[in-house]
Amino acid sequence: MSTTFELNGQSVTLDTDPDMALLWAIREKAGLTGTKFGCGIAQCGACTVHIDNVPSRACSIPVSAVEGAKVTTIEGLSGKVAQAVQTSWQNLNVVQCGYCQSGQIMSAVALLSATPKPTDTDIDEAMQGNICRCATYVRIRAAIHDAAKSI
Amino acid sequence: MNMINFPSAKPVKANRRDFLKGGVAGLVIAFTFTPRKLLAADAAAPAKKPVDPNAFVHIAPDSTVTVLIKHLEMGQGVYTGLPTVVAEELDADWSQMRAAHAPADVAKYANLAFGMQGTGGSTALSNSYDQLRQAGAMARAMLVQAAAQAWKVPAAEITVKKGVIAHAASKHTGTFGDFAVAAAKITPPTDVKLKDPKDFTLIGTEIPRLDNVAKTTGTAIYTIDVQRPGMVYAVVARPKRFGGVVKSVDQTKASAIPGVKQIMRIPSGVAVVADSLWTAMKARDALKIEWDDTKAEKRGSAQLWAEYKELAKKPGEVARNDGDAAGALAKAKQVVSAEFEFPFLAHAPMEPLDCVMEAKDGKVEIWAGSQFQTLDHMNAAKVFGVTPDKVTLNTLVSGGSFGRRATPVSDYIVETAEITKAMPAGTPVKLVWTREDDIRGGRYRPMYFHSVKAALNEKGELTAWQHRIVGQSITKGSPFESPGLDGMIVEGAKNLPYTVPNFAMDAHTTNVGVPAHWWRSVGSTHNAYATEAFFDIIAKAAGKEPLEFRRALLGDNKRHRGVLDLAAEKAGWGSKMPANSARGIAVAEAFGTVVAQVAEVSRKPNGGFKVDRIVCAVDCGVAVNPDVIRAQMEGGIGYGLGAILHSQVTLTNGVVDQGNFDAYKSLRIDEMPKIEVYIVPSTNAPTGVGEPGVPPAGPAVANAILALTGKPVTKLPMLQGSSV
Repeated sequence: MSTTFELNGQSVTLDTDPDMALLWAIREKAGLTGTKFGCGIAQCGACTVHIDNVPSRACSIPVSAVEGAKVTTIEGLSGKVAQAVQTSWQNLNVVQCGYCQSGQIMSAVALLSATPKPTDTDIDEAMQGNICRCATYVRIRAAIHDAAKSI
Repeated sequence: MNMINFPSAKPVKANRRDFLKGGVAGLVIAFTFTPRKLLAADAAAPAKKPVDPNAFVHIAPDSTVTVLIKHLEMGQGVYTGLPTVVAEELDADWSQMRAAHAPADVAKYANLAFGMQGTGGSTALSNSYDQLRQAGAMARAMLVQAAAQAWKVPAAEITVKKGVIAHAASKHTGTFGDFAVAAAKITPPTDVKLKDPKDFTLIGTEIPRLDNVAKTTGTAIYTIDVQRPGMVYAVVARPKRFGGVVKSVDQTKASAIPGVKQIMRIPSGVAVVADSLWTAMKARDALKIEWDDTKAEKRGSAQLWAEYKELAKKPGEVARNDGDAAGALAKAKQVVSAEFEFPFLAHAPMEPLDCVMEAKDGKVEIWAGSQFQTLDHMNAAKVFGVTPDKVTLNTLVSGGSFGRRATPVSDYIVETAEITKAMPAGTPVKLVWTREDDIRGGRYRPMYFHSVKAALNEKGELTAWQHRIVGQSITKGSPFESPGLDGMIVEGAKNLPYTVPNFAMDAHTTNVGVPAHWWRSVGSTHNAYATEAFFDIIAKAAGKEPLEFRRALLGDNKRHRGVLDLAAEKAGWGSKMPANSARGIAVAEAFGTVVAQVAEVSRKPNGGFKVDRIVCAVDCGVAVNPDVIRAQMEGGIGYGLGAILHSQVTLTNGVVDQGNFDAYKSLRIDEMPKIEVYIVPSTNAPTGVGEPGVPPAGPAVANAILALTGKPVTKLPMLQGSSV
């Protein structure tokens, strides 16, 4: 079955098993590997993408559900908020292994787009779906506050 | 400089070396490239081989300097720390530095602490420090020599600063790129002079990580991201119980799923190969497998605990015996005792285990986040029946490891080799373990039971400490096995830093069919907790203040006292805390690095508690990159906290109860405390930081809870079935 949607600003048609998770369609069919597999059950957030600007776990959404939708992955991030987040992440040396960071950044961009000056509680609520086994959380929090200052 | 060639990895007999240079475990490995066979050891250190700068430093005509990293970058920062050491002696500008993993080649890239290529024991920087300083200084001398020849001036008059080579008198200046080709033809000098540390311009500064951009833009390539033309995807159905084997397979339904390429039996289970991972996982679910559990481990956690507690009543194998602990206990004014339970722990790196492989015409190529390159290289070669020189192993950055990828048997790599061998020649195979495969797949930090007793005399002085540990050996049956008690069971406790006149430690090594493994900070994961939490239980019984009691018993352990004092001062130890909150302190040495932490804990309004702040002081010798050190302490604390608060693998009739992050819980951002890290200034040789941040976090929190509630926390994880 084929599904047509907008992926990072371009229309794509992917021919897949209709219940294939969006994650695998993005990674293996569209070849964009920045979105990661961590758990497969929407528990860790490594696969976070934006579907119509809403942060979503691509591992638990069938590709057929995004027909006609606008999907953004880490590779397609652009704009002031995204740039501020990525710059703060780099300036504060947030990453360690880095594997979860695409998902962390996607969640942080969504948070700052909706809430430009988040409190620690806002950050906890928006980011607690994203596990980092390296526990870079201190710096993730600091980088979100830092990015908020520059937006 | 010469770009290194892929080597022919000839079997080399490595000498016996101290696995842990800090000497805490005293584990000695004898290593030969015939797996599982131990050499009769000749304990002498191998002759010091001269450093070959061409193995580590590649200078391109565009002046970029690529440092070949012999260790795995799994998050701990070797892609930044090791190039810093080279850049310092080379006098390069940081902007020209790059990092790339070295190929598997034990002759060139052995970890000098192991005698084989591999990463572990927080040794990456410590074993590379002198080697890479030498390599950097030699490369610099070769560039200077080439410039001197070109400019016809004395080499001694040439200066190098921030990547610029200059001769003031003749007003010549040049870049590294200008002389890269000429320098490559010069024989590396053997008598280079290293910098006086006071002249360091990069070491000790907070230069940014080299992998920052790739890891924030989704462009870093991990093994799971490797794409090869015609690649197929594999998952493996493994037995539900450790030690189970396949009895029969009905693959009718699975084979009928479009996209399934092949279903095959391999030694570890049944492999499903398909045109996508999604299809492979779906087909695996459709398999009907009957397992033969005749030789499988069928005991559950409750039974194992009961057996461990029984064993703890009897004397074990002696690890250390000073004075007469039993006698002192018999004469004690007061005997203090505690029993601690530590569960199995999975490593759960964010990137699950994975490997890409292809084989054709007798040659094999592998892509993996390989942590023990020499063993992975050799074990893969063995499956194909080829010599290691026919196997190219490309090490890729890995999404964490925490020890999991450092397997003596190369489990996930061997599985990929078995599947690749069975596929048509030239078919690239990507094997991925799902999260459930990872959590249920074993190689856990073993469960341990501790029974500890202390004697106090009439003055409240600590006169005896008797400590018994029950649990599995980590090295048993592996090439790392050493005669006698596995030092990893007792490391972090046997070397108790306190002066106790009568000290006895013994251990029972249990036979359990659950594969055991090292887990970030190894023995110290449970031993630092048991000793430091018990210390506060003793202090309470003796009516002593925990920090002062520690200081008084630390004898000549100045580094322990130094980090304790620094952490205490910065945390405001002794100052009043708000209502319903308290502080706890703990100190631990792991892999030659000493870390103290003060935890602040408060009661939550509706029950339970929260860790609000941790102040950490670390003594790791020369601080090559203070920001990376802070990051490793922060991460180590978070990793340790997640485990002590939430994580456990339990078994019911031998079957693992947890499968994913919903049940095997990890620390999340809302539970991350505020963390402050302070580094003790030091001129000692650097020691590791990847693991030592973990051990004190648990006991510091336990001691804060003891101060807050009066109740010791002796059963982990704290938030599941504990007394808190």
